[in-house]
Amino acid sequence: MDFQSCVNIKKEWDIVGARQLGRDIAKKIGFGTVDQARIATAISELARNIYLYAGSGKVCFEAIDDMNHKGLSIIAVDEGPGIEELSQVMEDGFSTSGGLGAGLPGVKRLMDEFDIVSEQGRGTEIKVVKWLR
Amino acid sequence: MRIPILKLHNYLLISIQIDLDDQTAIQFQEDLLNKIHSSGATGVVIDLTSVDIIDSFIAKVLGDVVTMSDLMGAKVVLTGIQPAVAMTLIDLGIHMQDVPTALDLEQGLIKLRQELEE
Repeated sequence: MDFQSCVNIKKEWDIVGARQLGRDIAKKIGFGTVDQARIATAISELARNIYLYAGSGKVCFEAIDDMNHKGLSIIAVDEGPGIEELSQVMEDGFSTSGGLGAGLPGVKRLMDEFDIVSEQGRGTEIKVVKWLR
Repeated sequence: MRIPILKLHNYLLISIQIDLDDQTAIQFQEDLLNKIHSSGATGVVIDLTSVDIIDSFIAKVLGDVVTMSDLMGAKVVLTGIQPAVAMTLIDLGIHMQDVPTALDLEQGLIKLRQELEE
């Protein structure tokens, strides 16, 4: 594991800041243009969820570089209200905000690994990984 | 930040060349509708050649502005969507099927002319 850096999500512009930093890191790791776009888009969705539903939180990036794997791990953490019905938010088209409802199921498809832990009243932590092929 | 909207005869031309944040996108939506109203434009091309990420929010804003313009009587064509952006949108599950698109600005103008002459 090389380094870890985080972007605090407090205002709307931080969504752009997070995806730009994430894209830069992805580029350094060696991801191609398409995977850079996938990673940046996933970060954008995760950061927007924090901004919309929790108000504030952070998105952290970690380059993974062990023996035979290289990749990027992204963790989005907030101390917001948590997600009531996890299975519902993973359905395509489900939205409480009037959006497209593409967010979390979309992120899952954009990345290779997806883990979500959410506790009502405590917050949500989503960890995603993209492996370099 | 404001996205410039250029008028050319009956058309409005927009080239988005910045990383769109939510507020700029919403502002653009409003600016474009106002500009259609004040200029009487019948066709709009929004060129996305320099846009390297479209997430679900930006996609919704763009899809909505196409529908809104249509309600006002102006046709919108989105042009220049990058390969990486097209792949990402499909991964996200966003198909934008009702949105007219073209390869580049030139094709977009041709498409508009055809649609408006029908």
